[in-house]
Amino acid sequence: MVNPEISSLEKRIQQSPSKTELNTQEYFVNMGPQHPSTHGVLRLVLRMDGETVQDIIPVLGYIHRGIEKKSESVGYRQQVHLTDRLDYLCSLMNNWGVSAAIEKAMNIELNDRIETVRTIVAELQRIQSHQLWWGVFGMDLGAFTPFLYGFRDREKITAIFEETIGARLTMNYFQPGGMMYDIHPDFVQKVKEFIKYFRPILKEYEDLFSGNIIVQERLRNVGIIDGKTALAYGATGPVLRASGIPYDLRKIEPYGVYSKVQFEVPVGKVGDCWDRYQVRMQEMQESLKIIEQLIDNIPEGKHMVMKFGAKIRPPAGRFYSQIETARGVFGTFFVSDTTDKPYRMHFRTPNFHNLWSVLKMAPGGRVADLVAILSSIDVVVPDMDR
Amino acid sequence: MISLSQNVFSNYQSGQMGQTLGLLGLGLVSIITFMSLTAMVLVYVERKLAAHFQCRLGPMRVGWHGTLQTIADALKLLLKEDIVPKNADRFLHALAPLLTVMGALLALMALPFSPYLTVADMNIGVLYVSAVSGIGVLGILVGGWSSNNKWSLLGAMRAGAQIISYELSMTLAILVVVVFAGSMKFSDIVLSQSQGWWVWRAPLVGIVGFIIFLISSTAEVNRTPFDLAEGESELTAGFHTEYSGLRFSFFFLAEYVNLFIVSAIGATLFLGGWMPFHIGNWESFNQVMDLIPAGLWFGLKVAFMIFMSMWFRWTFPRLRVDQLMKLEWKILLPIGFVNLILAAALTISNFYFFAN
Amino acid sequence: MTKEELLQQVCGLADGMTIQEQSNQPTVNVPVEKWLSIAKTLKSDQRFQFDMLSDQAAIDWPQENQIELVYQFYSTSLGHNLMVCVRVSRQNPIAPSLYQLWPISEWQEREIFDLFGVRYSDHPDLRRLFLEDDWKGYPLLKDYKDDFMLERPW
Repeated sequence: MVNPEISSLEKRIQQSPSKTELNTQEYFVNMGPQHPSTHGVLRLVLRMDGETVQDIIPVLGYIHRGIEKKSESVGYRQQVHLTDRLDYLCSLMNNWGVSAAIEKAMNIELNDRIETVRTIVAELQRIQSHQLWWGVFGMDLGAFTPFLYGFRDREKITAIFEETIGARLTMNYFQPGGMMYDIHPDFVQKVKEFIKYFRPILKEYEDLFSGNIIVQERLRNVGIIDGKTALAYGATGPVLRASGIPYDLRKIEPYGVYSKVQFEVPVGKVGDCWDRYQVRMQEMQESLKIIEQLIDNIPEGKHMVMKFGAKIRPPAGRFYSQIETARGVFGTFFVSDTTDKPYRMHFRTPNFHNLWSVLKMAPGGRVADLVAILSSIDVVVPDMDR
Repeated sequence: MISLSQNVFSNYQSGQMGQTLGLLGLGLVSIITFMSLTAMVLVYVERKLAAHFQCRLGPMRVGWHGTLQTIADALKLLLKEDIVPKNADRFLHALAPLLTVMGALLALMALPFSPYLTVADMNIGVLYVSAVSGIGVLGILVGGWSSNNKWSLLGAMRAGAQIISYELSMTLAILVVVVFAGSMKFSDIVLSQSQGWWVWRAPLVGIVGFIIFLISSTAEVNRTPFDLAEGESELTAGFHTEYSGLRFSFFFLAEYVNLFIVSAIGATLFLGGWMPFHIGNWESFNQVMDLIPAGLWFGLKVAFMIFMSMWFRWTFPRLRVDQLMKLEWKILLPIGFVNLILAAALTISNFYFFAN
Repeated sequence: MTKEELLQQVCGLADGMTIQEQSNQPTVNVPVEKWLSIAKTLKSDQRFQFDMLSDQAAIDWPQENQIELVYQFYSTSLGHNLMVCVRVSRQNPIAPSLYQLWPISEWQEREIFDLFGVRYSDHPDLRRLFLEDDWKGYPLLKDYKDDFMLERPW
């Protein structure tokens, strides 16, 4: 049966089921699009009974820029610049996702140097992204100090990126066929310094925040989602791993040089906010390990295997490939009609899928819990809206 | 001990109306001046402290190390447009900041800054202070309700529930000292600590009472970890979401003055107020301590209390609203009651250090 | 199970299913009228166990007058993946909703409805996701035009 009428937001709000048994008056409140803890322009219409959230109606599209439509009118090389604007905290990994998809379609073999540098830089960005998440998580729970600690240490990685890549946020570094530039001569030494600096800092993070009883009270048994439900609700990345499913593309379908390095996939047990917190904290340790194994012997070679400026015309067909960003699976699906522009470009973004599991976690909790849950899945709104 | 109120009273009785009004005016002006100055200094101190807790410098540009920054900010707030939401209750919206400031002003009257510096040394001083500080929450409730904003209302309701709950355990903690001192008059309470401060003089009971007071007073002034009423990550800005300009600055002022007041009460009740650090009958030690002026002792103790509060604020995350209530009703209140009974028992049996 | 075996077994589920060659994943074309029952089999059958619907996308083919729906499946227990292409007509695009099998589908289908106008039968909450409720047209169709779009002169 087809829905006879196309429903609208107002109708959805009216249909929102009432769950109170007591004679209390429920009310609706708009969380967002301008709200400090939705990390951008996410809008959630909340049906509330006092402080308790009964129903969540997410309203997306406040930063919908039509990137998929735009992709159809620009060449393959330019796709990279658009992906920067999806998940701005993982721009390098998004670059990698789309570059890898195009390379797979065209059967381009990369040399070891490109793969190694890509892996190191991507892991650095994973740490950077988690640092920012940690700071913002603290701020969402009401502690302002972690935010500045996170930014203080994030700055170190940003400085490394700035030197090699020339950008601090939207990197545009990876290209189909390699990287834009070779790494800076100081890169290796700076990264080593950073590793030496950051190990004790992680301990400091634990001291300042994780051990605090209020943090534990706020996070334990809040926003529980079990592995099966998380999978069915499309969650990936740390959200899924915290629920006990070790789904990490770096292990399952190794890309880059992840098959050559030793690292663990941290997994949670309960699937609450505390597990998601712990998984991300341990991921930072694992990323440090990966970088440590690779940084000492970056192979020699060119940083670009394609001729500069060569037109990219993949063979006709449908191509799907995915990589693991700091938030989950970033998939690139494109259809080629042998011209130099994709016929259709589609991005499977992790946040878009992770947000859906919030609708499963948050109802029944307080507003403060919703804030903690939203922060624990690490929302980046441009990534949802595309 | 000369106190302004006594002067006012005697002048009024002898029919010197002009002098009465003059003295009243003097008291009022000095309190308002003191209040704004305190708030300004505290804002600066808080910003600097926060900055150094967070590995940064804080305000550095206006004046030497940013000392004039608060004045610049105050000027900016004064010049800003006063925005009233469309469907707000205009009268109550305007009244709320005044109510909040009024509560802070009234409470400031009774504090003994030094043996010679009190505006009104009432014989029910403690009761008076805990009563008028309740007016502040009225301002918060009215402000949150009249803004016609659901986030404001939520913040106001949280503040109401929180402050009324925590007033209980705060009063219980205060009562411990009242029982020890046998008086509600601030000057008597201070004098009763001439053998030693109550925080250590009464074994265990004093320190427990002090900790309960510290927690509940932090909750009373809505500071982290109990800043649920503002909770900027949850409720945008809570009850003062819809306030701007001068009216917002009134809330801001009241917050810092309240912080000063609860710190001063804590210092007076548990840390001896202006009373120097005395140990029983160690006369020579006590005399050395007396060399430091009483006003300085008071200032240092209040500064210590304020520093503690700011330390909390920049370290702890915020509690959830049900955890807040749990902490009060299931933990602090029972401990407070037991503590009060113990205090009464200690007083009857005269069992504390340097008992007469 | 190798890629070829998987494809053969999936194709054996019903008539009219073909292997899509132009793809870098194991891909099958499924007729739309059989899609719901095949999806149920893909989810529950011991041989497939596709418990994860990674992605849904749609492609507009104006020349062939069809819209192609592309599903990406993954099985966490068996570790294989599958791409499924389902074609619906462009004039009356109706497809079955999979939200009872994979709840995330509700969310993904709303996106496709928003941008392509594919109507999903039995969808619990079919409305625009990114665009406003009163938006006219479906932007990702190839013949979409509106006043704000600029044609490149070259």
